[in-house]
Amino acid sequence: MNVEIIIFYIFSLLLLSSSIAVVTVNNPVKSAISLVFSFFCSAILWLLLNAEFLSIILILVYVGAVMVLFLFVVMMLDINISQAKEGFVKYFSIGIFVFATIAGLLSYFFYNQFDNSSKNIITSIDLIGTDNTKNLGYLLYTEYLLAFEIAAIILLLGIISAITLTLRKSTTNKYQNPSQQVNVSKSERLRIIKDEGREK
Amino acid sequence: MIPMSHYLIVSSILFSISLAGIFLNRKNIIIMLMSLELMFLSINFNFIIFGNYLNDLTGQIFVFFILTVVAAESAIGLAIIVVLYRNKQSINVQDIARLKG
Repeated sequence: MNVEIIIFYIFSLLLLSSSIAVVTVNNPVKSAISLVFSFFCSAILWLLLNAEFLSIILILVYVGAVMVLFLFVVMMLDINISQAKEGFVKYFSIGIFVFATIAGLLSYFFYNQFDNSSKNIITSIDLIGTDNTKNLGYLLYTEYLLAFEIAAIILLLGIISAITLTLRKSTTNKYQNPSQQVNVSKSERLRIIKDEGREK
Repeated sequence: MIPMSHYLIVSSILFSISLAGIFLNRKNIIIMLMSLELMFLSINFNFIIFGNYLNDLTGQIFVFFILTVVAAESAIGLAIIVVLYRNKQSINVQDIARLKG
């Protein structure tokens, strides 16, 4: 029994059970926390797959940023749990049916297709070295540079849309409206008065 | 060495759990978003597994971009949920049927 196999089975069991907890637990805060735990478990499985950079990114970006955002929103909203869980029993049978069908079919296919143990996972990817992060950075800045810049634009889009959606204009603040300032005409600001006294 | 099919079976079970989660939590839009995150996670799993199988790093590059897009998507989705809650005082999916003519 190899250590790697033991780690794989333990963490895949933990991953699957915590992801079941995500969809079944009553309290949304608890389900967000079990989602964090399932991200953590899958980061460890990615480490076993020699994707070190991505597993660190998964923990830093997902657990550190996205899940904190989820927790913020869950705690900010006052969710009526009994109302939110209304259809759970009603849709339980169809949920189990969907789960069993998709999982059974996919597992059957994958087990038959990739079962032969000679085609194990290849663990060495040599590009410019053995360092996964170095190789990934090399590919990212040469071959996929345009995609990388587009990803940056997508993130900018995310920032702008999230801010503009949730921004509320405060009524007490004073602010300038540049388009109104530019569109002002001369007659609104300037009044010519004939000086009667000067003419005599 | 762990066979590749075991990794693939784990990721496909993860995908079907999250698909069933969307069916089970029809009322709660936040849990639906979380199920979506789990679904993306299983897809990323598949990309990494097949990238290793084909000895190609492009799968991991693709996972990197998927992570970027999903981060933006969840930020926008949560912002929409916050605005929705502010206007309707509820995040029940059935209250969102306003645009139905």
